[in-house]
Amino acid sequence: MPSREDGRGLLGIENLTRAGVQAILDRARDFQPAAGKSFPRFDLLRGRMVVNLFYEASTRTRTSFEIAARRLGAEAVSITAQASSVSKGESLVDTLNTLAAMRPDAIVMRHAASGAPHFLHRYLQMPIINAGDGTHEHPTQALLDARTILDRGAKLEGLRVAIIGDIAHSRVARSNVYLLSKFGANIVLCGPASLLPPELAQLAPGVTLTTDMTSAIRDADVIMMLRVQLERQHEAAFPAGEYFQFYGLRLEHLRLARPDVIVMHPGPINRGREISSEVADSQRSVILNQVENGVSVRMAVLEQVLGGEKHASTGH
Amino acid sequence: MPALVIRNGRVIDPASGYDGVADVWIEDGAVRAVGPNTAAPAGAETFDATGLVVAPGFIDMHVHLREPGFEHAETIESGARAAAAGGFTSICPMPNTAPVNDNATVTSYIIEKARKHAVVNVWPIGAITKNSAGEELAAIGSMRQAGAVAISDDGRPVMNARVMRRAMEFARGFGIPVIDHCEDLHLSAGGDMHEGAESVRLGLRGIPGSSEDVMVARDILLAEVTGARYHVAHISSRHAVEMVAFAKSRGLAVTAEATPHHLALADDDIAPYDSNYKMKPPLRSRGDVHSVVQGVASGAIDAIATDHAPHPGSEKMQEFEKCPFGILGLETALGLALENLVHPGKIGLGHLVRLFTTGPARILGLDRGTLSAGAPGDVTIFSTDRTWTYDVNKSFSKSRNSPFDGKTFRGGPVATVVGGRIVWQA
Repeated sequence: MPSREDGRGLLGIENLTRAGVQAILDRARDFQPAAGKSFPRFDLLRGRMVVNLFYEASTRTRTSFEIAARRLGAEAVSITAQASSVSKGESLVDTLNTLAAMRPDAIVMRHAASGAPHFLHRYLQMPIINAGDGTHEHPTQALLDARTILDRGAKLEGLRVAIIGDIAHSRVARSNVYLLSKFGANIVLCGPASLLPPELAQLAPGVTLTTDMTSAIRDADVIMMLRVQLERQHEAAFPAGEYFQFYGLRLEHLRLARPDVIVMHPGPINRGREISSEVADSQRSVILNQVENGVSVRMAVLEQVLGGEKHASTGH
Repeated sequence: MPALVIRNGRVIDPASGYDGVADVWIEDGAVRAVGPNTAAPAGAETFDATGLVVAPGFIDMHVHLREPGFEHAETIESGARAAAAGGFTSICPMPNTAPVNDNATVTSYIIEKARKHAVVNVWPIGAITKNSAGEELAAIGSMRQAGAVAISDDGRPVMNARVMRRAMEFARGFGIPVIDHCEDLHLSAGGDMHEGAESVRLGLRGIPGSSEDVMVARDILLAEVTGARYHVAHISSRHAVEMVAFAKSRGLAVTAEATPHHLALADDDIAPYDSNYKMKPPLRSRGDVHSVVQGVASGAIDAIATDHAPHPGSEKMQEFEKCPFGILGLETALGLALENLVHPGKIGLGHLVRLFTTGPARILGLDRGTLSAGAPGDVTIFSTDRTWTYDVNKSFSKSRNSPFDGKTFRGGPVATVVGGRIVWQA
């Protein structure tokens, strides 16, 4: 099989080493803005060019990658599938080959198909940064989540993290499971049984499953809520009207968790569907810190991928 | 055509129980004699099979030749050449062509094309329902008269149990088996690979084993009700194997085939997102693979069939979830069967030969699969120990979708004889 294991790009968290993750998280701190300031500018990637190729709608991830590239001095071009030759029937490989011929230094890619960047990785020399592939991985989301947890002064080791929602269809959950597990966190995955296949417990060490939200939240240090992804539901896997009643995060849940619990959400949030407005706006919510860290973490990733300095190994 | 004498090979003919070093003398397209030191007739061509196995011609009862309609992927001619290179002398193309082989005109077209262009025998399988749409029965009787040897809506299984029941009843009257690709399309909908730890890890939607099991269960019950001969295509799950064994124990005319890839690979062998590992039924769990191998060894499974399913590169080189299902199978079948069944001692060589010859011949009622005097001169000559490496770019198929490219095998086909003529030689 033509498979290169040369550490190009960033396809996922699963195959990163703990040290590789740590290096990105450490470097991201250097790129965090001072209180009340905008992100600092650097010249580290001057003359480099990044193409953001988004086959799925995305506001925060795409904008965040664009800002990250520009703050490092690189140029960034963004392409959405609707506006490209994809709508003329061009295959994914042909689109990527065409873009590669224009010699960008990396392609940041989001795609609705699990494994789309991994498939391209076999045919293209150019580094690919996975900005979310189907229901598989979303590595920079997990990195920014970890950065956000660490900013609260916690250590990941021994932390109890509850991830609640449509786990089966969540790339955020998978990447977070891989990352948190590497650092020895205890991860509780919680959701309706139809969205919680038992095999999830085999993803990584330290993972337990429950369908009961109160037991997932009890003594949690971190609660990660996932968006109910109606666009990835190919059938009604739960009665839609009952979701908030059994899996929506409300203020009364927070009393079960540790007093210093933080509530996270990868966004966009659906108020009243998986999270109540009161929780989303509460002191415990770090949702906007996550967005902010998205830029710093993506700066660290872009620097590592484009800067020629290899901290971590990726790829299968 | 001169006579052909295949000398000094180990002749294994399960139908007659013969197993010993002998010569096989073929003349006028039929087996004349099998025995030691056959006196070659003057001018006979000879083939030295010393150290090789000489078996009745192999039958692959499940292939896709893509003609008519998808000739860019395969033709009857190219598929037949690939079959010959895999040691097969007879192949049975499934009806999912365009148009679907659901009437005698298409059946006759395939047979006529094969007569002109195919180096092996081609026995078409007709559709169960019109256009394989699962609603109205196809022209089963006239397809049978035109030469169809079985009926199947392979790939588009009949979901309506009542339609399946009627098809079984009708087919019984014509003495042909009903072959089902067992997949409950509601349970499998949207799936790309076997549902299990690997699909969860890769974020791909699963095709549960139960989607196969419930259909095998339904069909076996209907086979009992109707008295039909019922055959499970490409069996792949543990429960399906158990149910076929149970049906046999009840004396039902229920048979099953396994593909070489389901004997060889499990879901955790899949190179991530490599569409050459994508087929239906999907590569299942290790436990399922073990059960299929055991099912072959125990006799629950009667035949090996490849489900040879060519797809051109433009269709296979895509995102995993977009790619069509199916892989090539003809040229690697014997190598895989030796590797996974004979070399590890699961079955003996005689049993292996049965799976490729008398097994499918009995299911389909073909006058093939034996070297007894007077039988058609179809012979498969193979080695059990020569090493060779599969290079898919040298395949006779028009397509290249195989997960076994570059794989080295111990043992494989050496020469293929159809009607007394050597049509392929390694």
